[in-house]
Amino acid sequence: MTLRLGLPSKGRLMAQCVDWFAERGIGIERRADEREYAGTVTGVDGITPVFLAAGEIPRELAAGRIDFGVTGEDMVRERLAFWDRDTVPAARLGFGRADLVVAVPKAWIDVTTADDLDAAAAAFRATHGHRLRIATKYHRLIRAWIRAHEIADVQLVDSQGATEGTVAQGTAEAIADITTSGATLDANHLRPLDEEPVLRSEAVLFRARRGTASDDAGAAFLRRLGLSDASAANRG
Amino acid sequence: MTPLEAETARLAALFRAAGADPVAPSVLQPAGTLLDLYGEDIRARAYTTRDPARGELMLRPDFTVPVIEHHLATGRAAGRYTYSGPVFRMQEAPEPRPSEFPQAGIECFGTGAAAAARTEAEVIALIAGALDMPGLVLAMGDTGLLTAAVAGLSTSDRRKAALARHVWRPGRFRRLLDRYGRQAPPAAHAPLLARMESTPPEALIAAAGPTIGRRTTAEIAARAAWLRADCAATPIPAAERAALDALLGLAAPAPAAVAALRRLAAALPGLGPATDRLAARLDALAAAGLDPAEIRFEAAFGRTTLEYYDGVVFGAFRPGDTGPPVASGGRYDALCRALGAAPGTWGVGAVIRPADLLRLRGAVP
Repeated sequence: MTLRLGLPSKGRLMAQCVDWFAERGIGIERRADEREYAGTVTGVDGITPVFLAAGEIPRELAAGRIDFGVTGEDMVRERLAFWDRDTVPAARLGFGRADLVVAVPKAWIDVTTADDLDAAAAAFRATHGHRLRIATKYHRLIRAWIRAHEIADVQLVDSQGATEGTVAQGTAEAIADITTSGATLDANHLRPLDEEPVLRSEAVLFRARRGTASDDAGAAFLRRLGLSDASAANRG
Repeated sequence: MTPLEAETARLAALFRAAGADPVAPSVLQPAGTLLDLYGEDIRARAYTTRDPARGELMLRPDFTVPVIEHHLATGRAAGRYTYSGPVFRMQEAPEPRPSEFPQAGIECFGTGAAAAARTEAEVIALIAGALDMPGLVLAMGDTGLLTAAVAGLSTSDRRKAALARHVWRPGRFRRLLDRYGRQAPPAAHAPLLARMESTPPEALIAAAGPTIGRRTTAEIAARAAWLRADCAATPIPAAERAALDALLGLAAPAPAAVAALRRLAAALPGLGPATDRLAARLDALAAAGLDPAEIRFEAAFGRTTLEYYDGVVFGAFRPGDTGPPVASGGRYDALCRALGAAPGTWGVGAVIRPADLLRLRGAVP
């Protein structure tokens, strides 16, 4: 039985993944001419690569249809309600770094903390008759953050792209999104709160708890990558 | 009839006998109302769906909101209603809890303080009688005590309003109370306060960036100016804060709790009238045949889960059970107001979870 390894199917994340495995003597090639998202692995036996949209890898891990998968931690934490039950992080890969932050207009000189956001939301709702809107696609993570900080009088509005533009367009008062350099926020007259990011994300090699490959095969793969098999002890 | 149907019918008959008209709210409720009331919490609790004509909808997470809307639509000042049927709650926890379960309940509306007090005692006694099960403990709180204590603090109206807004959120309430007990403003505000020494907020805002979105320069400047003015406020005295802590931690048999509240009222004068109302409620319950010494009073009961309840709150448990109460209810005037009720309208209601009641009795539904 081969071990199925889920990998991002395109873009910078895929290229960095290929580099990361290459540094460990494992060659990964995607057969670009085929309609099927398949490929070949050299340098190690018994691995079948499965190329997937980065956002689909969490679901495939949870279902155990792949044994390992590389994707952003933000994807797994956002899309899997029980991410720590369904997956084990085997290694943080050191690329794809991004922070999930809550950002407000730079003009909000009175708002730098979550406490300020809460107080501003109270006054905003009293004045405008609706909750202060935060645009995001990270609903689960931001809802948990709102709850953890006990912020009232806000609501999330869905934004699947160009989230930084929603405030200028008048569809939200604040946003929550992934940022790397902060340049896009800055260009849109936004600034992150002076709080710990909601999540410091990077690309992570996850192991599926429900994977079909044997523990031995998984452990051998991790050893081949120079990783300890700490995850095996946690596999339920 | 299944045992569950029979039990639900028994409860509905008791509520009808108490003068309640049967109502049958739709399973599909407009999401907008619930979202506006409960914010993001409701999205984590309620199943959301949509249709092309009505937009976003939710499977009813409880009956109270649609029953209030039903009452308000009648245009009458007073009314009482009963209902039974399934409610739906998303369970985002690994341990299995039902996401669909039946409720049977009663909701009463009216005006006037005396009628409200009578109805509170009547509903609590009705629920206790309907449960009809030794071994259940009735726990009671009173959000009115907390809001009265806050209203009586020696501080500005704006600080009181900030505290009252977060009575529901223990961590934030604690941080606010600590903040208002100190003279020094939060460190995070120091740079802004320093800059406002020499520059008006409007100029600072203009220099910081364009005002995008609906929050205006005037709103930002008003809060900045308030942060500055608030630095001069006198801290809330330590004795008042300590009494508030004692109030939040108060848990005792109801008669002992009343005695403790009388002592706390020395430091928190706002407590007096609210304690009188609690004592009168206990007298009314005793007259209805309940022993107040058997009622457990917890000042913080339901504090984190029952936003919009603004008076008595209560629940019935089997000691040691960790799940939700088999019955719960309370006074929710603020919820009526939020849905457009005339000032002075009160609401009192309670629900029983018949499946849990059968389970506790040892019968499997």
